[in-house]
Amino acid sequence: MSYNLMREFADSWGLLAMALFFVGCIAFALRPGGKTQADQAAQIPLKDD
Amino acid sequence: MKFGTEIVVLSLFAFAALVAAGFGVEGPFRQHMGVLFFAVAGFTAILLRNTDFKPAAPIDTSAYMDGPIRYGAIATVFWGVVGMLVGVIIALQLAYPHLNIQPWFNFGRLRPLHTSGVVFAFGGNALLCTSLYVVQRTCRARLFGGKLAWFVFWGYQLFIVMAATGYLLGITEAREYAEPEWYVDLWLTIVWVAYLILFLGTILKRKEPHIYVANWFYLSFIVTIAMLHVVNNLSMPASFLGSKSYSAFSGVQDALTQWWYGHNAVGFFLTAGFLGMMYYFVPKQANRPVYSYRLSIVHFWAIIFLYIWAGPHHLHYTALPDWAQTLGMAFSIMLWMPSWGGMINGLMTLSGAWDKLRTDPIIRMMVMAVAFYGMSTFEGPIMSIKTVNSLSHYTDWTIGHVHSGALGWVGMISFGAIYYMVPKLWNRERLYSLRLVTWHFWLATLGIVVYAAVMWVSGIMQGLMWREHDEQGFLVYSFAETVAAMHPFYVMRAIGGAMYLTGALLMAWNVTMTILGHQREEQPMPGSEPALRPAE
Repeated sequence: MSYNLMREFADSWGLLAMALFFVGCIAFALRPGGKTQADQAAQIPLKDD
Repeated sequence: MKFGTEIVVLSLFAFAALVAAGFGVEGPFRQHMGVLFFAVAGFTAILLRNTDFKPAAPIDTSAYMDGPIRYGAIATVFWGVVGMLVGVIIALQLAYPHLNIQPWFNFGRLRPLHTSGVVFAFGGNALLCTSLYVVQRTCRARLFGGKLAWFVFWGYQLFIVMAATGYLLGITEAREYAEPEWYVDLWLTIVWVAYLILFLGTILKRKEPHIYVANWFYLSFIVTIAMLHVVNNLSMPASFLGSKSYSAFSGVQDALTQWWYGHNAVGFFLTAGFLGMMYYFVPKQANRPVYSYRLSIVHFWAIIFLYIWAGPHHLHYTALPDWAQTLGMAFSIMLWMPSWGGMINGLMTLSGAWDKLRTDPIIRMMVMAVAFYGMSTFEGPIMSIKTVNSLSHYTDWTIGHVHSGALGWVGMISFGAIYYMVPKLWNRERLYSLRLVTWHFWLATLGIVVYAAVMWVSGIMQGLMWREHDEQGFLVYSFAETVAAMHPFYVMRAIGGAMYLTGALLMAWNVTMTILGHQREEQPMPGSEPALRPAE
């Protein structure tokens, strides 16, 4: 695999895939109804010792 | 037989080290293998003296495995004091060059001893022990793999000893924050993979359905450091019985690999790992859940996606292509957002409980840590801007920036975590003394302020002196003149560092007395108990 091929992949499909994955992660974290689950998760360290 | 396998394997290991010490092709390698032999043989002797043939007592596998964490807490304090002491020594060497003792204790050899000592020995042990503490308690599961945690702990200490003694013997790859040579790198790789298996195995056997966010940060730290360490240290030894190796890359590719590693060591070792610490210990000490759990997830993914691209800002105005320099700068500036999101999340965890700042010196320490996280992640992106960098690069400003992050953020959050964990790990009711924690807090905070302020002044002065030219275009100052001008700042910097070290010594005393089971009789912190009222 040549440098140019990798470079072309990195700034096209690779970039798109990473950007979409990132946006997906954020959207999933902020999805409607995610707050209840997040609030429960935030209690995990406080539940015991 | 207790420790049977360990004794056999370690004896063979010590023998191999002895053979290498005998057949090594150069002096420093033979001496280094001699150090390895005495370290491993000494450890084997300790095991031999503690072995017995009684059937082993059954292990309560429902309880958390805290033995390696106790050792890790002690190692954190010990290496912290050592690393900071070496830091004060090299600060004094810069101010008073006569303190350079050739060849083992000159600045060139002690400087990596200081950086590795505080980053990998102090910070690494803090991450190791807190990650194992946190993962068990948030997964509600005992550590995976039986004795694996002990291997990781002692294997990591051996790495530290080999790295430190190698530097003093003059063995170095000359790659910043990755100075150990190929055989020490290979050993660390083995230990690190064991650490990954230990951590991941514990997560996989968790009883809590959700993986708490602190574990995500710790896991990203472990995985990324494995990747960085392996790629940055790809090299070919000149001899399998010698210390010298040659990097797989050359020229600017090598420089970029080095700084891709170097900056992400800051991003994933000194930031992500310690953020894991923040997301567990701040809520615990404040006894409140994190301000916004969803913000912590956004924080996590944004750090993951942005940090890895910021490394090229260490190579502005070099042979690195311009587009790569600009990419590094742009991603560094974007890092503002997750960094400040995380800082706000940490600080706001205290909302509604700000009075604890007055009564609880441990929470004060943690808040100061998060504040320094915000400050140094604000300063860093500014310094990554090319025009600013042309003034700041290669000057003491960089050193000041690193120390406001390292002393302020990494140091303070680790001290807070140690003060929280130690009474719990040894089942003590409380710390030996909260007053000493207050002293530690103020000594450390004032020490950092002195250090950072002095380095700003000296760094900007240095940068301005370097570029000052007269109307004909000649440089006004010779290099030696800029060095002489920095002398008073170097002395003040050593004083700031000594204050920070004094605080760490107080912590060592406090932790030791707590472990021994003492409680100092002292006035309670003002406001921590309701004031007595006269009966009417």
